[in-house]
Amino acid sequence: MSDLQSPASTGTAGKASSDAPVKATAGGDAPSAQAKSGRSFLPRSTLLRHLLVLAACAVLAVVVLEITSPFQNSQLATLTYYAIAAGGLTVLTGMNGQISLGHGALMAAGAYTTALFLDAEEPLPLPVILLAAIVVATAIGALVGVAAARLHGPYLAGATLALAVGLPGLAIYFHDTFGGEQGMRVRAPQAPEWFGSFIDAVSGNSASSTKWLAYVGAICLLITYFFLANLVRSRIGRTWRAVRDQEVAAELAGINLGAWRVLAFVVSAAAAGLAGGVLAIVVRLAAPSGFTIVLSLSLLTAIVIGGLGSLLGALLGSALLVFLPPFVTNLGGDFGLSQTEAAQLAPFVYGVVLIVVMIFVPAGFVGTIRLRWMTRKAKRAMAQAGADGASSRG
Amino acid sequence: MTTIAAATVLSTVAACGGSDDSGGASGGGGGENEASDIGVTETSIKLGGHYPLTGVAAPGYSEIPTGLDAYFTCLNQEGGVYDREIEWIFRDDAYNPTQTSQVTNELVLEDEIFAMVSGLGTPTHSAVVDFLNDEGVPDLFVSSGSLLWGDNPEEYPMSFGWQTDYMSEGKIIGEYIAENFPDAQVGLFLQDDDFGEDGEAGIRQYIDDQIVAAERYTPGNTNVGPQIAALQAAGADFVVGFNVPSYTALSQLTALQLGYDPQWFYSNVGSDPTLVGGLLNRFSEGQVSDAALLDGALTTGYLPTVDMTDNPWIQEFQRIWDECGGEGELTNYRVYGMAQAYTVTQALQAAGQNPTREGLVEAIEQVGSEWEGPVFAPFRYSEDSHMGTSGMTIERIVGNGSEEVQPVRVTDIGDAPIEEFDGEPATPPANAIPDEEAVN
Repeated sequence: MSDLQSPASTGTAGKASSDAPVKATAGGDAPSAQAKSGRSFLPRSTLLRHLLVLAACAVLAVVVLEITSPFQNSQLATLTYYAIAAGGLTVLTGMNGQISLGHGALMAAGAYTTALFLDAEEPLPLPVILLAAIVVATAIGALVGVAAARLHGPYLAGATLALAVGLPGLAIYFHDTFGGEQGMRVRAPQAPEWFGSFIDAVSGNSASSTKWLAYVGAICLLITYFFLANLVRSRIGRTWRAVRDQEVAAELAGINLGAWRVLAFVVSAAAAGLAGGVLAIVVRLAAPSGFTIVLSLSLLTAIVIGGLGSLLGALLGSALLVFLPPFVTNLGGDFGLSQTEAAQLAPFVYGVVLIVVMIFVPAGFVGTIRLRWMTRKAKRAMAQAGADGASSRG
Repeated sequence: MTTIAAATVLSTVAACGGSDDSGGASGGGGGENEASDIGVTETSIKLGGHYPLTGVAAPGYSEIPTGLDAYFTCLNQEGGVYDREIEWIFRDDAYNPTQTSQVTNELVLEDEIFAMVSGLGTPTHSAVVDFLNDEGVPDLFVSSGSLLWGDNPEEYPMSFGWQTDYMSEGKIIGEYIAENFPDAQVGLFLQDDDFGEDGEAGIRQYIDDQIVAAERYTPGNTNVGPQIAALQAAGADFVVGFNVPSYTALSQLTALQLGYDPQWFYSNVGSDPTLVGGLLNRFSEGQVSDAALLDGALTTGYLPTVDMTDNPWIQEFQRIWDECGGEGELTNYRVYGMAQAYTVTQALQAAGQNPTREGLVEAIEQVGSEWEGPVFAPFRYSEDSHMGTSGMTIERIVGNGSEEVQPVRVTDIGDAPIEEFDGEPATPPANAIPDEEAVN
């Protein structure tokens, strides 16, 4: 794990390092859409720009969900909850330089809240329930955040690890409320009638419950990423990056390090809570075995592979998490492996991918592409400047 | 008039033709094989299951689908069911309910299986039981003794249990102790979920006054020192464990350290001597090399085990494994898988030449209780109950095998009485392929 933490904690151990903008988080540091370049058709206001992107993504989501098969719909539903949690985590780790191995536990808090509310005779409307999941996870996140703000690097990893291991244990201890090891079965909410007519109008496909859950996930994902993207581009995001890159400088500038760290943790926990809520209705179960340390580590690997600090990277990393194992398993089957061997191949290949990414593209997919692109632009600018200088002299 | 008469004659002829040449099962619907439902083609039937093939639960359990695989391979060589090959797909859920939900989506929506078969585990299968029933996918013979799959067919009309449920097992154990160890001070060692709860409820019906302590462990916590010490302190000289195999090994090692030597009784789930022996070896880092610690412990059985080499079912399963199986030895887990595959074959034959998902469920409800097979006691399938087999023997572990100390007794959940089973043990048909009549 230390390999995964080091990029995040570089330079945050109280020392002011000179190479502040960390390479590993390059994916998160470039503006999300071009605002300053003269060629852009996008408006200058961040909010407007993000609203436009949101609308485009919503259309894209509908198109993708309508041209894919029911099974791919269910995979996309899975993708949404991973991506929501990974988005929150990438803001925490990539933007604020804190590491969390406890996001699986925060998801559990959201999932159990959702399960408890849906268990009622007359369940509240789904948005209210998901909001409650966010509130509960946020409260836990605030508590943990207060402790986390005082810790660095491996100590922070250790404390959040304890959360990941301990919190699901509560479900087993309070067996009567949370259903123990077997967990709580969740009756997935039925699709409202307007959904059926909407799908009918858009594509004529049948509006199955799988599709409805995929849409719920997609809506939650878009809203979450919209909020996070705005937050990251705002004063708050800049302050977080200042805290991450230069603690001493940030403190000298009047930034209260602890308070901003807690805020980052709270925002990240809120996303994890929503992800847990979506997970509960998609999986139809909230059980301790679904929130093991493996979940927290998967989220971390997803954001590292995708590119720390980048929401697009978090989405790509989550997609790898969802689509790679079945792909590898089926490929293994095609190459004549037995089904057991093919299944065992999937975690192996995922590990190999992780190692390869760490060695060859340490800034993750998105980070590396952005680095390349920025380097090329800088080189071109240098060459341009050089040419200008030469011509003016001549 | 004539047209109707002619049509009747034709259909009668067709029906006779069907019953003459169907070979595998007589009295089928007649006529051609049709693609009668999702997952059924003219030449194949697709079935699927979810198992822990990787991760902590994989040892032992990952062998079950290979048992089914071997049986279906041999069955296909003999012509399958109504000349349809069984296509058997099993996927890995790593015993994680989140993944169970994903692979079940894949099996139902992508692979388009006709029925789910033998999905393994209580927490894992809980995650998909609603989905399967909502989608109308038959959910046959869940590999778990929870009451959930069978005691309420109105809630889950498509789900069926298979192995003896934990409550019935507890009752049979309780009655045995009351009759044979009336003076024993009994301590219970329970897994803290439905498994331990149902078992305790059953056993307390018979020996509530003999129980001096009930200790629970949480799966995942590998220190059972406090529980075993508490049983010792309460003076229990007879300990009944409703636990999984790894906790059989842990409880044995802990008792050895504490110098505690009661009479042990492990429920069927936790008592496979070969697996426990391997675990003992691993946990003790080689200091305990085999299952010798388990020698003399009591357990229950509902299926023949691999050490019963003169049992005709085991001989047949050994042959199937040698001819159609993969690498490795025949194990009790593979026997379990083959026995399930045998029941599945019975169900498919009963569902008729052109089975539908609903027809399959109806067939099991109507005739499932009459099927004979490797399982010692009959199933309880009816319109009101989807519970699996109802009876168990009591056995004493000797070496890597066991000897019977009480023949099969049958019971049911709730306060149903326990009765001696008077049926004869079934002998396997030719090639261990059943020959059930179609009911619809």
